[in-house]
Amino acid sequence: MNIRGSWDRFADAFLNGRVLAKYWPDILAGLGVTIELAVLIVITGIAAGLALALLRCLGWRGLNWVIVQVVDLFRALPPLVILVLIYFGLPRAPSGFVSTWISLALVLAAFAEEIFWAGIVSVPKGQWEAARSTGLRLGQTLRLVVLPQALRVTIPPLTNRAIAITKGTALGSVVAVSEVLGAASSAMSNSYNASPLLLGAGAYLVLFVPVVVLGRFVERRLGPTAKPNHV
Amino acid sequence: MSDFFDAGIILAAWPMLWRGLLTTLALSALVVPLGLAAGFGLALLSTSRSRAVRWGVIGWTDLFRAFPPLVLLILLYGGLPFAGLELGGVACMAIAFFLNTGSYYSEVIRAGMESVPPGQSEAARSLGLGTWQTLRTIVLPQALRRVLPDLVSNTLEVVKLTSLASVVAVPELLYQARQAQSLTYNPSPIFAAAVLYAVALWPFVKILRRLEQRAAPSR
Repeated sequence: MNIRGSWDRFADAFLNGRVLAKYWPDILAGLGVTIELAVLIVITGIAAGLALALLRCLGWRGLNWVIVQVVDLFRALPPLVILVLIYFGLPRAPSGFVSTWISLALVLAAFAEEIFWAGIVSVPKGQWEAARSTGLRLGQTLRLVVLPQALRVTIPPLTNRAIAITKGTALGSVVAVSEVLGAASSAMSNSYNASPLLLGAGAYLVLFVPVVVLGRFVERRLGPTAKPNHV
Repeated sequence: MSDFFDAGIILAAWPMLWRGLLTTLALSALVVPLGLAAGFGLALLSTSRSRAVRWGVIGWTDLFRAFPPLVLLILLYGGLPFAGLELGGVACMAIAFFLNTGSYYSEVIRAGMESVPPGQSEAARSLGLGTWQTLRTIVLPQALRRVLPDLVSNTLEVVKLTSLASVVAVPELLYQARQAQSLTYNPSPIFAAAVLYAVALWPFVKILRRLEQRAAPSR
């Protein structure tokens, strides 16, 4: 077998122009679904995480215990298990799209709560005391004094965690969501050709390489190991 | 609710779930050391004097951190057969995790090594220790202690990710639970599997919480 022949076979299986021409719109549509899912997950997950962290600031013992246990449960369970449980397990299962959204938002909320809480706790106690003694209420203290300082610490870990969980949208393919991987997989089995899968993988790279590089940049600029620029 | 937690069905499915749990443990025992080995290798390469090697490592880690692990897995399991290479589910898991989790481990280990002041290795070298001895006895012990919470957290994520193997027909816990579900037309086995995952991994989350609290700057 000559090299030319095996390259032709490889190109026919992985870079087949005819198959790609037929299926690229499916994968583009899948990219839209992936982005839509990712945006929904990031917004709802981070909002829920922040809400939980603020609830914890109220200092009600029983409530805080419950929050910690629930957060730890969602840190312990694999996202795919939560997804399968919601989609196949609930008596009246939501659609694959909604199941993926809910399960990944729950996981992100759990991690975000921990990150926000760590940020809030990292603000020195004197800041709270000073704010309260100048007459600010609890809500005002949080909004004007504590959160602005806490958020700076939370941005690098939160960015990285949000990226990692957003990549989990590929799990949607398991519950029949036509996001990039789902669209690419079904195009692959319809055409009996691996080219759509390779195109789908390329779509993930286009989507996530900039995000990963951005995460690296944010970590360098704001992270705890970032070099102080005033020395 | 009785539909959701049918004791009889869980009891009947128990042997399957138990075998699944053991397979999950075995799979973790395979992919965690593979990821760690790749991570150490990449972290050592990233200290290279050659700029090309350092940039190569950054490119490699960013590439494989950008791929969702499931995409990598499907690419190997579903795509390679078209190139005439048919690997089993376990082999695909091993390769995908070597590439993906190795990149995550390498970032953690590299951050730890960078946090050790350069004076430490300079002092060690001037005492006559070799490069390898310096690394093994001076730099790595300090580096690993500093990033221990991140290492534990990463390992927890890797163990959780072994559930992806259910997609490529490796009979681990989630796969067995779904098999049992489709045999019995009842979701109880999946619920039982989730409980098993929670029971197995909850202690690690608690340990991680303690490590993170100790590492956090005290006020």
